[in-house]
Amino acid sequence: MAVPPPLPRGASVTPSARRRRRVEPIYYWFLLPTLVLFTGLVLGPALVGIFYSFTDYVGFGEWRFTGLTNYVALFSDPAIWESYKFTLGFALVTVVLAQSVALALAIGLTSRVRFLTALRGVFVIPMMISGIVAAYVFSYLFANTLPSMATSLGIGPLEESILGNPSLAWVAIMIVSAWQTLPGALLIYIAGLLAIPGELYEAAAIDGASAWRRFRSITLPLVSGYVTINTILGVKGYLNAYDVIKGLTDGGPGTATHSVAMKIFTGYTDGDYAYQMSNATIFFVLTVAVSLLQLLATRGRGLRLS
Amino acid sequence: MTTTLPPSERTTRHTPPLRQATARARHRGKDATNRPATLLLVVASLAVLIPLYVAVAMSLKTSSQAADGDAFALPWPIDLGNFADAWRITRFPVSFSISVAVAAASVLGTLALSSLAAYAIARNWDRRIFRWSFFYLLGAMFLPFPVVALPQIKLTALLDIDSPVGVILLHIVFQLSFSVLLYTAYLRSIPMELEESARMDGATTWQIFRRIILPLLGPMNATVGIFAFLASWNDFMLPSLITSDPGLQTLPVLQNIFQNKFDTNYNVAFASYLMAMAPTVLVYLFSQRWVISGLTQGAVKQ
Repeated sequence: MAVPPPLPRGASVTPSARRRRRVEPIYYWFLLPTLVLFTGLVLGPALVGIFYSFTDYVGFGEWRFTGLTNYVALFSDPAIWESYKFTLGFALVTVVLAQSVALALAIGLTSRVRFLTALRGVFVIPMMISGIVAAYVFSYLFANTLPSMATSLGIGPLEESILGNPSLAWVAIMIVSAWQTLPGALLIYIAGLLAIPGELYEAAAIDGASAWRRFRSITLPLVSGYVTINTILGVKGYLNAYDVIKGLTDGGPGTATHSVAMKIFTGYTDGDYAYQMSNATIFFVLTVAVSLLQLLATRGRGLRLS
Repeated sequence: MTTTLPPSERTTRHTPPLRQATARARHRGKDATNRPATLLLVVASLAVLIPLYVAVAMSLKTSSQAADGDAFALPWPIDLGNFADAWRITRFPVSFSISVAVAAASVLGTLALSSLAAYAIARNWDRRIFRWSFFYLLGAMFLPFPVVALPQIKLTALLDIDSPVGVILLHIVFQLSFSVLLYTAYLRSIPMELEESARMDGATTWQIFRRIILPLLGPMNATVGIFAFLASWNDFMLPSLITSDPGLQTLPVLQNIFQNKFDTNYNVAFASYLMAMAPTVLVYLFSQRWVISGLTQGAVKQ
C-alpha cells in the first residue's frame, strides 16, 4: 500500500536548528525492539541464506565453499525453468484478471445500486477465509461438482476434473487466487473512487461525455495510482503463491503447477538447502526487478494526481 | 460496468467516505438506482455465495448423501454429527486454543511494537536514523517469504522456538512493515499542539504516548489489529513449516488431515472447514466498519 513518506515533522526546521535539537533517548527505545526483532528474524536469516547459497550445505553437518556452482546448476535445471515459467505466467495472468474484475466491481459498488451495504459485505468475505480452506472447498467443486455438471450438460472437455489436467490445472489456481485476493484490491479501489471530486463528472456530463468517455478520461487516470499499488501488491502475492496451490493441486499433476515457492521449500526436506537458497536469491532479485519495473512503467501517472 | 459515481455520493475529506455514501444510498429514491448494475453485482456475488453455500450444505449432509456428488442438493436428513466428528478429529478445543493464543499474541505484539516504532519515526522524521529505519522496514515488503523461509526454519530450531512461540514472533515481524506504514501515515494527521501543551505541563514522552497518542490511535489500532488477526489466524505456511510438534499445530494446518486420510468423508471435512472459517467471518461482521474506514483514512489517502 503506497503511502507518501510522512511529511517531515517540523518541515520548517533549518539545517542549523536540526543540528541543535537533541532527540530524546526514549524515542530510540521505542524504535529499538522493532529494529532488533526485524533484523534478527528477517535480515539476519536472509543474509545467512544468501551466504549458504555459495556453499554445498545440505542443511546440516559439514559444508564448503563452492562459489557459483549452485547458480550455474540452476540455469541448466529444466525443473527450475519450468517452475519460473509457471509462476511468472500465473502471476501475470492472475493480476490482470483480478485487477480488471476488482475495478469493475468497485465501480459498481460506488454507483447507485440497491443492496449496497449487503453487496459490499458479501464481496469482502473471501478475505476472511484462509487460502488453504478456500482451496479445499474449491478443489471439491472442481474435482466433483464441475465434472458431474459437465457430464449432464454434455460438455465433453470438462467431464474430467481440470485439477487432473496438466494444461488446465493452472486455471483453477488462477480462479481461486483471484477469488481470494480480490477483496483487498476492491477495498482500495472503492476508497480511490470515492476520493474523486464529483465536479469532474458534473462538468463532463454538461459537456456531453458518454459513460465510457467519463470512465476513460476521468475515472481511469484518477485511480491509476491505486492500480499501481494494487498490481504491485498483487504480483508480489501471486509470485509467492503457496497455500492455494498446495490445497488445490499440491504442485501436480506431475510438476505442472510447481511454483518457485514450492520448489524452494523442498530445499528443507530434500537436502538441497544451498541449492534452493541460490534459487531463493534469484527469486528475490526477480521479485524486486518486477516490482521496480511496474513502478517505472507507471511512473508519472496516478501517484501525483491524487 | 461503466457506471460512474453520481454526484450525490461525493464525500468530503473528513468524514469516512464509505459510511457517508452508504447513509446517502439509504435515503435515495428507488428511481435513482441503476438496475442493470445491481443485477450484474448480484450475479457476481454468487461467485462468493455459492462456494459458501456448498460448504454449509456439505457439512450438514449424511455420508451417503455427500457421496452422491450433487454439491447443490439441499442437505436432508440434516446430520450434525459431522461437526462432532470434525471436533474430535482435529482435537478442536486444543487446536482452537492454540490458534487463538497465536493470533492474540501476534496482534498484541504487532500493535505494541509498531505503534511505538511509528511514533518515534513520525516525531523524528528530520533525523536520518529514524527516516532510514522507516525505509528499512518498508523495504521488507519486497522481500518474498520463500527467500527467508529456509534460514528461518533453521533459526527457530536452533533457538528452540520451533513451536507456536516462533510462529508468533514471525507473524509479528512480517506484520511490522505494513503496520508501521499505516501508523506513521495516521500519526501525521494528529496535530502536534496536543502534545506540546502536555509537554508544557511537564508530561514525559512516555506519558504523552500512553495518555494522548494511544487513545487517539483507536481507529488505526482496530485496522492494524484486524489485519494482524487475519494474517495470523489464516496462515498456513508459517506454522506448517516452523512448528515441529504436530500436537501444537494451528487450525488451518490441521485441515490437511482431511486431504490425506479422510478424502471420502467430505461431510466431515467441510464441517471442519466451516469451524475454521467461522471465527474470522464473525470477527469481520463485527468489525467491517473499522476495516473499511481505517483503510480509507490511512493507507490510501494521499
